[in-house]
Amino acid sequence: MKKRKIPAGIVVLCLVLAGLLAGIIRTNHPGEKHETIKQAMRDAVLHEDGKIHLLGIKNVNPAVISAITITVILLLIALCIRVFVIPKFQLVPGKFQLLLEELVGLFDGLAKSNSPHRNGFLGAYIFAAGVYIFTSTIFELFGLQAITVAGHSIALPAPLSDINAAIAMGCLSYLIIMSGGIAGNGLKGIGLTLKDFSLPISMSFRLFGALLSGLLVTELVYYYIHLSFVLPVAVGVLFTLLHALIQTYVLTMLTALFYGEVSEPHAKKPKKDKKNKKKTNQIEVA
Amino acid sequence: MNIPLNIDWQQILLHLFNFGILAAGLYYLLYKPVKDFMAKREAYYQQMESEANNKIEEANELHSKYENQLAALDQEMEQKRSQVSREIDVLQEKEIAEAHAMAEQILTDARTMAQQEKTRIVKEAQKEIAEMVSQETEKLVLKSVSDAYDQFLDIAEGSVTDAS
Repeated sequence: MKKRKIPAGIVVLCLVLAGLLAGIIRTNHPGEKHETIKQAMRDAVLHEDGKIHLLGIKNVNPAVISAITITVILLLIALCIRVFVIPKFQLVPGKFQLLLEELVGLFDGLAKSNSPHRNGFLGAYIFAAGVYIFTSTIFELFGLQAITVAGHSIALPAPLSDINAAIAMGCLSYLIIMSGGIAGNGLKGIGLTLKDFSLPISMSFRLFGALLSGLLVTELVYYYIHLSFVLPVAVGVLFTLLHALIQTYVLTMLTALFYGEVSEPHAKKPKKDKKNKKKTNQIEVA
Repeated sequence: MNIPLNIDWQQILLHLFNFGILAAGLYYLLYKPVKDFMAKREAYYQQMESEANNKIEEANELHSKYENQLAALDQEMEQKRSQVSREIDVLQEKEIAEAHAMAEQILTDARTMAQQEKTRIVKEAQKEIAEMVSQETEKLVLKSVSDAYDQFLDIAEGSVTDAS
């Protein structure tokens, strides 16, 4: 009977993983945790304790720092693309050019298909919102560290898992929808938008709920050492990516849909002639 | 005012401000240039398409023009062919008529010549016959004379003998 040879690479990998596991377990001292799971979950929702100093101006939630970091990173990337990539665009696109064109074309197409009458500004807005939501959701995967006011180290969360950021996003989307209504139908557009008065709340809390649930599950998983193996691959990466895609699609789609609805020009109803109406009534009575 | 869920208006405004900067930056740095490029490329290809369509239209026009010209040429050729055919028919008829006339002439000439030949042969024959007749007559005459002379001689000889 032939003996199967186990590849040396797998043996080395197993040894490294075992070493890492042993190191993690040996260095994990439960006494070092500065908060209980209850406190951690509560803080993840309310951000009462884990505040961060914003350039010495004000104590803010970590989500603000995350949002600013994402903005800086995205603007730097955009600047690099603008300077180094866009001037070299070809008529027959390469892979990266195709990716950029697909990205812009996706949101532009979404705006055009949902709001055929007025979509220039909408396309730009949902592009920015989509990029922001997607990037900010996967931002938590990188686990950038920041120091709280209390001196503890925390991983920067997804900005939209903070209710303030979600409210900002939802309300801004609502205002954008209202601006489309005003541009398309004037004062009537405001009325059309106000008809869906629950929209900013639903948009805000949908974002907040979806991202907060992801954050809570991740917090829960990472709090316990026993859950920190294998499971984060599914919970941390796959769920976050799915969240990012779904939330980007949902908010941009809803914004485009409502924008298209309120900005659609409504034909004026012809005014009925009262005199003629009276006459017809009299004839009918006679 | 203590707002539930730790909602902070200042932080909401901070998020709005942050997103405003991000949206403006992304619009001017990424969205607008890429969209402009795409629009430019679309315009370029549309122009190419319209140029190609114009060329196709021109080619179609030329094609129809040449087809018309070909049809006209065919018609002209047909006319010419029929004209030539008619001319050939006329020429043929003329030739045939001429041939007929010539044949008639030849026949007439032949008949005349034959008649002349016949006359000549008859004359010659008559002449020969006359000559032969005269020769025969001469022979006959000569023969009868010699016979009479011989008869005479015989008689004479007989009488001599008798006399002797």
